[in-house]
Amino acid sequence: MKRYLPFIIVAVVGLATLGSGIALYRAKRPPALTISSDQAAARGKTAESLHIRGPANAPVTLEEYGDFQCPPCGLLAGPIKQLEKDYDRHLRVIFHHFPLINHQHAREAACAAEAAGLQGHFWDMHDLLYREQTVWSKAADVRPLFNAYAGILGLNVERFKKDIDSENVKARVTADQKQGSALGIQNTPTIFLNNHAVDPTALNPANLRAAVDAAVKAKPSS
Amino acid sequence: MEQVEPISASRAPTILYTIAALVSLAGLADATYLTVQYLTGETAVCGGSWDCFKVLGSVYAHIGRIPIAGLGVIGYFSVFSFATFAAFGYARARRFFGWLVCAMFTVTLWFLFVQFFLLHAFCRYCLFSAAIVFLLMGLVVARPASD
Repeated sequence: MKRYLPFIIVAVVGLATLGSGIALYRAKRPPALTISSDQAAARGKTAESLHIRGPANAPVTLEEYGDFQCPPCGLLAGPIKQLEKDYDRHLRVIFHHFPLINHQHAREAACAAEAAGLQGHFWDMHDLLYREQTVWSKAADVRPLFNAYAGILGLNVERFKKDIDSENVKARVTADQKQGSALGIQNTPTIFLNNHAVDPTALNPANLRAAVDAAVKAKPSS
Repeated sequence: MEQVEPISASRAPTILYTIAALVSLAGLADATYLTVQYLTGETAVCGGSWDCFKVLGSVYAHIGRIPIAGLGVIGYFSVFSFATFAAFGYARARRFFGWLVCAMFTVTLWFLFVQFFLLHAFCRYCLFSAAIVFLLMGLVVARPASD
């Protein structure tokens, strides 16, 4: 018996590792999120409050729940903008805030984007915050930087300073966050293509382009 | 594998290889967890530690589509297997155990360099794995010269 014991021990550990790995994979695998038709319809009623870039009748909608301090969101911001250019009238992009609590300045950044939005520059601030993410993310106090960004974008800085702390702006960010939580979102970026979440393993520029390309081909514009 | 004569003079090598097998199990659990994280796409999104994302989502965390953590699973399982056979007196397993731990030690030094000097970020799971490999290396060094 002793002769076979090491073989048995190794086989048991091997099987236990494989079994626990599979069990863990099943437990951790994110559910396939979708935006139901009811949720989409309810949101359509408040479409004017959404941050949309691209034609309203585009056949493909890329919807992002993002966090300005999240590095993967930052890495995808440029490629998504490139997709907007490349797919032009076929693609529209919607951005929702989902600032994670473990990112110290994420909520403030979301408010900065909203405050810029009140002056018609949401997307400019969105792009700038992602572009400068590594700079302001490390700052102890981000407010002077955000004020400077407002100045760079040609905003009324005094109004921006007031708006960033306004209840209206905070409520807007909270509403987006609640909406995301209701959809079951836990991580950022969470990206939906025509109401179906893109698998997290496909959240890289090449795979996202392939997914958008497939969606555009599946729904050619009329 | 050949079976050697039982070591009657001292039980020290048996104890040492048993400890090595148990230690490698901790590394195996760590590497399995990280492999699952990679496969579920958790390392591609935010929701956990920023530093972990920076390390595990970096280009150094995979070779092509194969996650380094997956290679770690194979490495730790092999270490466990060799240590187990070595504890039961298999001489060739003792040699393989030594070589494999030395190889893993070298790879660990590279990844510590990557975290310290290239990424400037530290993943606690990777540091735990490094600690396991250092411990295994210590056991290799502590082995009797005859091994």
